Amino acid sequence: MLADKDRIFTNIYGLHDRGLKGARKRGAWDGTKGFIDKGRDWIIAEMKASGLRGRGGAGFPTGLKWSFMPKESDGRPHYLVVNADESEPGTCKDRDIMRHDPHLLIEGCLIASFAMGAHACYIYIRGEYIREREALQAAIDECYEAGLIGPNNVHGWDFDCYVSHGAGAYICGEETALLESLEGKKGMPRLKPPFPANMGLYGCPTTVNNVESIAVAPTILRRGAAWFAGFGRENNTGTKLFCISGHVNRPCTVEEEMSIPFRELVERHCGGIRGGWDNLLAIIPGGSSVPVVPAHQCDDLLMDFDALRAVKSGLGTAAVIVMDKSTDIVRAIARISYFYKHESCGQCTPCREGTGWMWRVLERMARGEAEKREIDMLLEVTYQVEGHTICALGDAAAWPVQGLIRHFRPEIEKRIDEYAARPRPTPSEILQAAE
Amino acid sequence: MSSETDVAVERIIAAHRETEGAALPILLAVQEALGHVPDAAIAPIAAALNLSRAEIHGVLTFYHDLRREPPGRHVLKLCRAEACQASGGRALEAAAQARLGVDFGETTPDGRVTLEAAYCLGLCASGPAALVDGRPVARLDRARLDALLAEAGR
Repeated sequence: MLADKDRIFTNIYGLHDRGLKGARKRGAWDGTKGFIDKGRDWIIAEMKASGLRGRGGAGFPTGLKWSFMPKESDGRPHYLVVNADESEPGTCKDRDIMRHDPHLLIEGCLIASFAMGAHACYIYIRGEYIREREALQAAIDECYEAGLIGPNNVHGWDFDCYVSHGAGAYICGEETALLESLEGKKGMPRLKPPFPANMGLYGCPTTVNNVESIAVAPTILRRGAAWFAGFGRENNTGTKLFCISGHVNRPCTVEEEMSIPFRELVERHCGGIRGGWDNLLAIIPGGSSVPVVPAHQCDDLLMDFDALRAVKSGLGTAAVIVMDKSTDIVRAIARISYFYKHESCGQCTPCREGTGWMWRVLERMARGEAEKREIDMLLEVTYQVEGHTICALGDAAAWPVQGLIRHFRPEIEKRIDEYAARPRPTPSEILQAAE
Repeated sequence: MSSETDVAVERIIAAHRETEGAALPILLAVQEALGHVPDAAIAPIAAALNLSRAEIHGVLTFYHDLRREPPGRHVLKLCRAEACQASGGRALEAAAQARLGVDFGETTPDGRVTLEAAYCLGLCASGPAALVDGRPVARLDRARLDALLAEAGR
């Protein structure tokens, strides 16, 4: 279990002062000038050595991503964009960072911007987050006033930080859609390549990072890459905010070591599964877009990128959705499918048509009103959506359905059998009754 | 479009046109000022930004938060996401619909209240939550909802 002294987010529950004074007392903005004096190569080397993998879902190594930015500007400005469009169902970590520990994020923005030669940073926050936006803006204003950021600041690196807000579209959490939205256009993902590191915001080199990836950076530099790399298994290092929701006794957001066993995570922090461990049906370990993991695989499941990949799921944003045996799993996945149908931007045909198709079939399967051969047909359609779209929303819509069929096929078949066996009026009988 | 609206749109365009990627900020500012984005505002915005009207129309219809019809005097956005549903949001949805006599996305015939759905306001720990004219309200129950609606309906 992570000791209190090793926590990065020491005010995640908002129990202390979130202002600049309180944040400084907890260690924020300490020695920032020193990191900048050591130069960008040192910062990127430390980030690489820490093994930090992006916290937004894909798990791409953050230090490596920073190193993709051009070393010298060719005349175009560089930008850092922070993705605070936290909309993945089940995920509730970035909001707590912005609400209660915003200074860690702003300090991270300054360091990351320096490391990639950017003088401006945009934080794109979702439109529904009202209090988060206020808290973040207040913290930025404090930093400007204290001369920590802004032109001619005490750190010797001119840096401006802007908060931009969205207008209610899940797809804008995809990095290129987010850039489109920042440019004032429809939030439709761009084809890659060119990658944002070459052609990003307004055609300039840009790096897009998740809030948590940026906010942990200052503490990693302060305490050393080796400290951070000391948690978790190899290639899955560090501490991570887990958001556990669903059928546990005390849902919570908690910072823990990577690679913590799932069972330890829920029993130590969430008071266990509702109705006891044996009442567990399945979990969705990383926000709604990753496949379900059934209970029998959860006994010694480790919560990290590679272990979850091994059970054909993913860590995603580490938003663990726990479902006990009272859950109608087919209906739950049908509901997730509806979400993706609703949020598909409509740019690529497989996703636009496929998400609606999958949802309609799953709705029927949830009632049992289907045929068994349709299960295989549905599975085939998910493979035709997966990987054939510009962005990952197509994959995100296909994976939960694949997970359902992989693990709960008997449940779907049972439902179809029950529906078929149920006597029901034929259309002609209904006509007679109407007379 | 009345001349008053014209002036407001022109003023907002003038304030934003020098910024990069101004389309979305302008549309949000127009909605802030007028309550909605009238169709007649599309042409002047498109002309000012050297974009086609189709592009502005596209942005306007892409984002859920932008509306093309004038809302009621008050806008009640009820959170319908899972955490709020689990803490009793469903009953409140039904109560609000019954009391106002409208469905989500509709305005009462007297033009006082518009009922809209929101999907996660980030207040899951203190749900059910709502947004009343941009102000977050948490821990809603029947009595508080009734009080809010009574105030809004006045």
